[in-house]
Amino acid sequence: MRRFSIGRYVLPVYSLLALVFLLIPIVYTIIFSFNDSKRSNTVWEGFTLTHWVNVCSRQDVCEALNNSIFIGLVSTVFATILGTALAIALVRYSFKARSLVSLSLFLPMATPEVVMGAGLAGLFFNIGFAPGMVTTIIAHIMFCLSFVVVTVKARVQTLDPTLEEAGADLYANPRQVFTKITLPLLMPGIVSAALLSFALSFDDFIITYFNSGAVSTFPKYIYVAASRGVPAEANVIASAVFLLAIVIVLATQIRGALKRAKFAKVK
Amino acid sequence: MADNTKVAGADLELIDIRKDFPGFTALDDMDLHIPAGQFFALLGPSGCGKTTTLRIVAGLETPTQGQVLIGGKDVTNTKPHERPVNTVFQSYALFPHMTVLENIEFGLRQRKISDYEKLAKDALSLVELSHLGDRRPQQLSGGQQQRVALARALVNRPSLLLLDEPLGALDLKLRRQMQIELKAIQLEVGLTFLHVTHDQEEAMDMADIVAVMNKGRIEQMGAPEVLYDRPKTAFVSKFLGQSNLFIGEVVEKNATSVSIEVGGNKITVAKKRAEKHTGKIAIGVRPEKADFHESKPKLSADHIVVGPGEIIDIRFTGVSNQYLIDIPNVGEVTVFAQNIGKSPETELGAKVWVSWKIEHSYGLADLPDGTEEA
Amino acid sequence: MAFAAFSNDKPAKDNSAQRKSGPVVLALLMPGLIYLLLFFMTPLISLVITSLESPDPSGAIGSYFNDVNFSNYATVAVDYLPQILRSFGYAFAATVFALIISYPVAYFIGVKLRSRPLTQRLMLTLVIAPFFISFLLRTIAWKQLLSDDSGFVHLLHSMGALAPTQFFLGTDAAVIFGLTYNFIPFMTLPLFTNLERLDVRLLEAGSDLYASPRHIFTKVTLPLSMPGIISGTLLTFIPIAGDYVNASRDFLGSSKTSMIGTMVEADYLQNLNYPSASALSVLLMGVILALVTLYVRRSGTEDLL
Repeated sequence: MRRFSIGRYVLPVYSLLALVFLLIPIVYTIIFSFNDSKRSNTVWEGFTLTHWVNVCSRQDVCEALNNSIFIGLVSTVFATILGTALAIALVRYSFKARSLVSLSLFLPMATPEVVMGAGLAGLFFNIGFAPGMVTTIIAHIMFCLSFVVVTVKARVQTLDPTLEEAGADLYANPRQVFTKITLPLLMPGIVSAALLSFALSFDDFIITYFNSGAVSTFPKYIYVAASRGVPAEANVIASAVFLLAIVIVLATQIRGALKRAKFAKVK
Repeated sequence: MADNTKVAGADLELIDIRKDFPGFTALDDMDLHIPAGQFFALLGPSGCGKTTTLRIVAGLETPTQGQVLIGGKDVTNTKPHERPVNTVFQSYALFPHMTVLENIEFGLRQRKISDYEKLAKDALSLVELSHLGDRRPQQLSGGQQQRVALARALVNRPSLLLLDEPLGALDLKLRRQMQIELKAIQLEVGLTFLHVTHDQEEAMDMADIVAVMNKGRIEQMGAPEVLYDRPKTAFVSKFLGQSNLFIGEVVEKNATSVSIEVGGNKITVAKKRAEKHTGKIAIGVRPEKADFHESKPKLSADHIVVGPGEIIDIRFTGVSNQYLIDIPNVGEVTVFAQNIGKSPETELGAKVWVSWKIEHSYGLADLPDGTEEA
Repeated sequence: MAFAAFSNDKPAKDNSAQRKSGPVVLALLMPGLIYLLLFFMTPLISLVITSLESPDPSGAIGSYFNDVNFSNYATVAVDYLPQILRSFGYAFAATVFALIISYPVAYFIGVKLRSRPLTQRLMLTLVIAPFFISFLLRTIAWKQLLSDDSGFVHLLHSMGALAPTQFFLGTDAAVIFGLTYNFIPFMTLPLFTNLERLDVRLLEAGSDLYASPRHIFTKVTLPLSMPGIISGTLLTFIPIAGDYVNASRDFLGSSKTSMIGTMVEADYLQNLNYPSASALSVLLMGVILALVTLYVRRSGTEDLL
């Protein structure tokens, strides 16, 4: 029986193919951001950089983008604060209803967007609150909250509580322990949660569609444009966002690797 | 601006401490007094409550009942950051996001001491790590981290320094070295040290006073030699060193001693070294105080002889040979014979008698677990 | 759960015995929980209430009054039965396909790449890379790539797999394809988190005990990865059941592939038939709650988050 077997290569090759498959639409989108198209961006008409250079020549695209960024930032700030507090409470404190709280935080992640979207829209309608920027932000904070809790919770669980006890032992009062020890150590998790929250908010369509009224967001713009043809400027923005995200993720990985090398064990 | 000079060491008093956790009681009826400037060891197996005691003194736990006094002041309800106590944690608990120097400066800065950097550097040189001030704790070896943890606590000149099994993670050689250094530092600085450990050799070597804890209370407390020479309970006799225990009803009593009868042998203990003088008692002797003989020895009246028995196990450990002798109706007796060159031609199965001086016997206040009461 | 995949730290020892208590807990919990109560619980309750409303006697479109009218559910269950069945059918198919496609990838990255952490993280990044591009654009890309005059369809025609008058877009297959694609990362991440912690020595023990590779997989690996499979399935099936973008006419579907979500959107935003939309939503939510309850009964709530 030979040691060398085809089987060893099946898994890696398959995985590579699967990843290529996952990336096809991304490549397509990026390529077509360079398409020299006038109205509909479905047929390749030639390479051009005009869309990249004049991204906001179509005002509606940029307005949608600005709204999405604004909504993303505001929702992220609130969701991160509320979510971090909940995560700390869930990991560090004992209280009676923790099963119930865990379940209540899980349910939004398990609820289909149509249900949440329609529900929130109904609520706003019943209390007479017109859909617009405020309702959109409220909705976004809502669905980002659980994801923030999950992410920060994972980080809090890696935090050794003895460190906080050491802080108190060394004359730091509870507020100082939080600001000088707990928060700095939780920061990587909080930042991950914030990035995740922003990404979720930026890309959200269904819930936003039900609750934004006349406010245009980037996904909404694309949905509406889908029937007539999405302009290449949208591809440009999406590609830019994608590249930015990849750069951020890679930068974090590289930074982490460098840090580990720098702080390697010393004699 | 606060001043970092403080009175050297304060005394610690625990009065009638009880600590309940959901489902079990960790401490009950705990009374303790540590005089100022002493190196005090709290010794016991895991689960005996010694770490809980430490945490109560540090303020990280509140007792269900009882009082904690430091330097005469009642601190039972004071928060940890308000107590003049510092702890060296078992896991060191060094802040990973700060440098070694920043770790040591931490307590000083919280107390708003103005020349914190200089004091921190002095502390760092005291533990001989001056060249590592800019590193992160993760870059240091276990022994180095332990020394940083010590410096971080010491630099604050606390009235009381608590050490929670700080040497547990170190290898043998390093541990021995640190034991010597810790003791030297304690003498030099004059602080009161409360050292919690399960390693009896460590406790006996370093401490001025040792308290042996079992199941939430202190069984016996005193100087290490005293505890070793005269354990008062079965637990202490087994935990601190090894013990041969003999159990029987008191059959003879006179002005100075008490005797029991076991399997036809008379075993005697001096009254002033016996806790109980009537009923069913346990008398013990340390294996190194006993001898064995290949024929029944003729010894003076101040000796005890038991036997005959059979050697059922011999272990050669270099410094001494350990013999396990089975004496019918008495039990198994361990004898240590120092390896001084005249190795007896004894083999497994040899028939021997065991003897020791009466003055080496000790009488316990209780019986070992599993013995039927009288 | 799945997001912990990105943390390189191991959890500290179980701290449940050291949990604190005190008034601080309330300060930490209250803001978040109140928000949850106001903007998650209340809308759900509002949905139920709306689903029981009856049309206003005036007949004006969009006006209803509070009632206890269960007939809305009956109407919805009958009128929208095709959509209901189709939604769960699509969800089931897409979930199964996603599982089959993702498992080997998750296994490869989680088990085989353990010795190369940098490569591991790179591949994981590539798996979630699709998230970084708007999912609408991803779906539109497939719409173009699989359109009626695309190379793909030409290939199918020449192979005889499709009749010359048939096309790919607008079919059930196209929608399932889109759903599978979009939700592969949702399946891969929980699988990865689970497989990454798989103790390889158990597999070696199986081999040592004369098990063939196939048996090792079915009797050791598969059972041990069950928690990951279950949570991946939940995280995939549930959102797919409620999705309607892939199935939309403007994307990969047609008027014949409408799902529950399509009907909810239509009823709510176009027909202004709020009770109908709400009843349908409540129905969908009910099925999902049943699934989650089954899961919680089996595995408890500690691992949910």
